[in-house]
Amino acid sequence: MRKTKTRDGADGRAVHDVGGLDFGAIDRTEHDLALWEKRVDSMMILLYSKKGLWTVDAMRRTIEDYGQQTYDKIAYYEKWMRAMRNLLVEQEVVSRAEIDAKMAEVADRHRAAGRTVPTHKATWS
Amino acid sequence: MTHDHDHPHDHSHGDHSHGDHDHPHPAQRDHDAGPMGVYEVMEEAVRLLLIEKGILTDAEIAAQIDLIDSRSPALGAKVVARAWTDAAFKQRLLADCRAALMEMQIDIGQIAEFKVVENTPETHNVIVCTLCSCYPKLLLGIPPAWYKNLAYRSRTVVDPRGVLAEFGVKVPKSQEVRVHDSTADLRYIVLPMRPKGTEKLDEPALAALVSRDAMIGTAIPTYA
Repeated sequence: MRKTKTRDGADGRAVHDVGGLDFGAIDRTEHDLALWEKRVDSMMILLYSKKGLWTVDAMRRTIEDYGQQTYDKIAYYEKWMRAMRNLLVEQEVVSRAEIDAKMAEVADRHRAAGRTVPTHKATWS
Repeated sequence: MTHDHDHPHDHSHGDHSHGDHDHPHPAQRDHDAGPMGVYEVMEEAVRLLLIEKGILTDAEIAAQIDLIDSRSPALGAKVVARAWTDAAFKQRLLADCRAALMEMQIDIGQIAEFKVVENTPETHNVIVCTLCSCYPKLLLGIPPAWYKNLAYRSRTVVDPRGVLAEFGVKVPKSQEVRVHDSTADLRYIVLPMRPKGTEKLDEPALAALVSRDAMIGTAIPTYA
């Protein structure tokens, strides 16, 4: 019998350690990556393989450190993007204030151009 | 200078094939659940900051996107077709994937090792990455969304026959199912069985029978 509570039996496990749990039916919908997702993939690979700012293990550690709510809620490339942001701050390449300010600027510019941009912010934890 | 919407790659993502599909798919969320938008804003903000600081350039990012777009299951299919037609190559491929691929001028690089697992009448193999999304991208391109999602990652290791049935693959009781859990350091690819009736086909014709999913283990190549 399938369990319906997806984290049943996951006592004490790390958030990414989902083997053997049951997250239900598989959504087999095919899709191509959005341009922004390809950019995230590209920038992440460049930053660790070409620029040597961190290793692939550091990237995984960052994602695996997310709280369960964040981990289960956000999408694959959202996880990567959040990891990139956190690692750039951790490595003191950019500051939180710089990112916050630039995000506000980007959001304002797109709103001015007529695009709907969410008002909620990504947390820093 | 603008950094979005007029980018030359905006519409360049329809030229690869995967699974049994070779048409472009709508760009949908690559997700388990949840709102989007804020991370797209974050991507643009971080990209602009990295370019302002001289850490990355638009050209470097565009070249990397081209590389992503250039990878597809066609390369994996070519390797499978070679293994189907050259028994000695197949043995070398199973014994030492890195060296065998070098014979085909395919360099898997230093990030991870690859291992080929062979389907036989006794054994059906399927690959998963329970912890994340490890995958032989060089041979198969970007993994499908379902490979990265929690449902496939969680269930494949405990109910592989059930998962395979969802993909339309019925594995007979007489055939053992082996699940290979990929890691960052070791990525698997399935060598499917050559379909019956294909004795007269050449390598390119054979490669055309091999889908992405056949090399994950969630499909069986067929020949009408």
